[in-house]
Amino acid sequence: MSASASQFKRDAVRLTADLRHRSLIQTALGNYEVKRDEKKALFQDYDGARQLAAEIKWEAINRLDRHLDQFVRGLEARGTKVHWATTARQACDIIVGIARSKSARSIVKSKAMTAEEIHLNRALEQAGFEVVESDLGEFIVQLRDEPPYHIVFPAMHLTRGEIQRTFKDKLHDAPSDNPEALTLVARRVLRQKYIHADIGLTGANFAVAETGMISVTENEGNARLTAALPKTMITLLGIEKIVPRLDDLALLLPMLATVGAGQLISGYNTLYGGPRQPGETDGPEEFHVVLLDNNRTALLANAEQRDALHCIRCGSCLNVCPIYRHVGGHTYATTYPGPIGGVITPNLRGLQDWKHLSYSSSLCGACTEACPVKIDLAHHLLQNRRNASRRKPSWWQKIAFKLFAPVANGRIPWMLVTKGGRFGQRFHGLIRGTPIDPAYCWTRTRDVPRIAKQSFKEWWRETRK
Amino acid sequence: MNEREQILARIREALTVPAPVPGSQDGRARRDGLPTSADQRRVLPAVGDSFDARASLFAKNAADLRAQFKLLANSSDLAAELKRLAAAEQWDRVASHRGALTDPACAALGLPVLLTDEPYDKTDLERCPAGLSACDALVAQTGSVLVTSRGAGGRALSVLPPHHVVLARRDQLVADLPEAFALLRSKYGADYPSMISFITGPSRTGDIERILVLGAHGPRQLTILCY
Amino acid sequence: MTITLYIPCFIDLIYPQVGIAMVRILEKLGHRVECPESPACCGQPAFNTGYWDESRATAVKVLQQLKDAEVVVIASGSCGAMIKVFYPDLFAGTPQEGLARQVSAKCFEFSQFLVDKLGVTDLGARFPHKVTYHDGCHSLREMHIHAAPRQLMARVHGLELVEMKQTVCCGFGGTFSAKFPMISTAMGEVKCELALETGAEYIVSSDSSCLMHIQGLIDRRRQPLKTIHLAEILAPA
Repeated sequence: MSASASQFKRDAVRLTADLRHRSLIQTALGNYEVKRDEKKALFQDYDGARQLAAEIKWEAINRLDRHLDQFVRGLEARGTKVHWATTARQACDIIVGIARSKSARSIVKSKAMTAEEIHLNRALEQAGFEVVESDLGEFIVQLRDEPPYHIVFPAMHLTRGEIQRTFKDKLHDAPSDNPEALTLVARRVLRQKYIHADIGLTGANFAVAETGMISVTENEGNARLTAALPKTMITLLGIEKIVPRLDDLALLLPMLATVGAGQLISGYNTLYGGPRQPGETDGPEEFHVVLLDNNRTALLANAEQRDALHCIRCGSCLNVCPIYRHVGGHTYATTYPGPIGGVITPNLRGLQDWKHLSYSSSLCGACTEACPVKIDLAHHLLQNRRNASRRKPSWWQKIAFKLFAPVANGRIPWMLVTKGGRFGQRFHGLIRGTPIDPAYCWTRTRDVPRIAKQSFKEWWRETRK
Repeated sequence: MNEREQILARIREALTVPAPVPGSQDGRARRDGLPTSADQRRVLPAVGDSFDARASLFAKNAADLRAQFKLLANSSDLAAELKRLAAAEQWDRVASHRGALTDPACAALGLPVLLTDEPYDKTDLERCPAGLSACDALVAQTGSVLVTSRGAGGRALSVLPPHHVVLARRDQLVADLPEAFALLRSKYGADYPSMISFITGPSRTGDIERILVLGAHGPRQLTILCY
Repeated sequence: MTITLYIPCFIDLIYPQVGIAMVRILEKLGHRVECPESPACCGQPAFNTGYWDESRATAVKVLQQLKDAEVVVIASGSCGAMIKVFYPDLFAGTPQEGLARQVSAKCFEFSQFLVDKLGVTDLGARFPHKVTYHDGCHSLREMHIHAAPRQLMARVHGLELVEMKQTVCCGFGGTFSAKFPMISTAMGEVKCELALETGAEYIVSSDSSCLMHIQGLIDRRRQPLKTIHLAEILAPA
């Protein structure tokens, strides 16, 4: 078992027993479900919408070279500087390089999971730049030196009391634990950051090929401010964010909001197509777009799982996943948790090191059902398991499964199992539920059923003679 | 080969193996080409055909989002409403831009105006209690206000001051997002503004215990005055 | 018609009464029931763990057993999904691919068979208790079975069905229950809570493997609930 797999299990043991955590997450996600279902019901044909969305992303990804090319040409035609990065390291270097060339001191940042993926904040801080997260949830976890808990709701796991304590410790300003009062504190602090920051750093939800624009979705307005006030704007995005046309957003933006947050549409959906243009009086003088590969092309080459790149990062698979609800976002210990994380992380970061994320699923399929772009998530988890076992089989499991066929399929061996099981069960009680019980993983928390006095096949043989 | 060439080469190589369209039969797309606006309209939330139906839907959505929407009879009623707001909130100045709707509005207010369609100081804008802007459209389906950096006084005017007031004409009310995008295409063609934004309600967050708080960073109040 | 009944290993060993109930129901409807005498595991444990070669070695016997059947009824949603939905993937690119598709096409889960194939919903059954229904994930999401069990329960005399307020996995997941027992248990606890909230006496399902896990938790925690398979409720007295 890899180190991350053992840590995953340790964290899972701790969190599944934490009833306070369980209740907090159940409540948060229960509220989300009600709103989500209300908004879904407004669609005339929500399933039809999923199919259209799937087709849009299929076109985007399966003709990615053409669309990326058009996207970049559109951006460059209006003065945007476009950079390409194969690795996380290269992307960090490019952005640090831009910051240095601008003699920047402070950087204000809006939410970008891709930036988490490449550990951009750490690279910038090590290079001497102040980086301030402006999204309230990200701001809070940044103060606490924690990674985000959820890709859409970074501070889902915290209570107001915990947030108040954090503000008190780090900002020396926390008059009460009232959410409105706390938000006002953050607003005050961050307003000055927007105005005085040298660089605004954003992510992007979509990249429109047709018009050469990035699209940023948010509710707080912090990305709008990040893209309006600083003199230099940098946007980091994965190459898979492409959508072919502006019109495609008419479908994708409402779907993202509906399943992502139970809203008809998010508060601010903004398209940026360049730096300040002639005749415009504000906005950045320089606009840089950094395109990141970081093994996305490897996933692209895996045609069976290529649709995982269709992901619009809505978080709905996390929200419905019972495993996510019980172990929480931090247990995954990687940027993308939940089912989508279980699918892409072994592809992007290493199959053997991360296959445990594909194994820690009951394969219930709620994720596949929830995905607005119809990614075949649960089946991809199965495929990851198959690929991992093929490349590096576990010798004892291979032997056990090899022996399974003749035992489960042979009349005499199965009869021995049946009779042996009945016999053994009489003594099982002595060790049941103790660490020397071979069925301990079951009996620690559950009783075992009794083996029937007469099996079905025994009955069948007897009554059909 | 530079990074760009290498990445594009890897993409082209990867795409030599086809992948089936999710949810379709036989691995083929159900249609030729991408979904049309008509396809989108068949699945998205319905919008009525008449102005009244659309205005009513916009009003409902605005109310759900805690935005103030007022449908007024004429431009002088609009000016009166603005003056009432200014007095109630004790504005000592406003930020705005030049335009057919904003010029008479600012004149009616009679307050010092910071114009953001001329070079301006960010810290001056930060001190303005309200930003008055025009818009490119009101979208009934979602209750959204469509603004651009060209038609609404730049990028910051509609997001930095704590109260954003939008001035709109009735004929700017469009049905849905497909119509809004069609409008953008026909109005700006090959020369889009550098920023295009759909604003839907005041700034909001649910990041603390999922409790809704308005005015996280952007405006705490959004008022839409339409005549 | 002649119906071949596929009996999974855990039904054979632990819940034979479920298979027996199915035989009696189908015979009462006037059909001939066949059952291969030799055991044959559908191969799901190895398949789910990623050992597809080893899974095929087990599954190929199922194909042989069922290849000449007129129609196959599978006594579990999860084995049903394995054979009907996953066998074509499992055997893709092998000499048995065609046979796998052919067998898959004639397989049905039990409740699905009664309602969708035979058009039967009223078996004259009686079960005067308050129950709630657990949809096994493979039944629900791989085989798309939701209405059939409910249509059958609606015609059971005296049965009162109360739905749980959330549809969620019970946490069994086959090998998952042994590999990640703490998550499996937590999920099962939530399922039991949802069932208790309905005030039902029984949790009914078409998946005995789910019920085995749920019953194990109920027994350990001494909760006032019982589990029972749908076929046991529908069987003639």
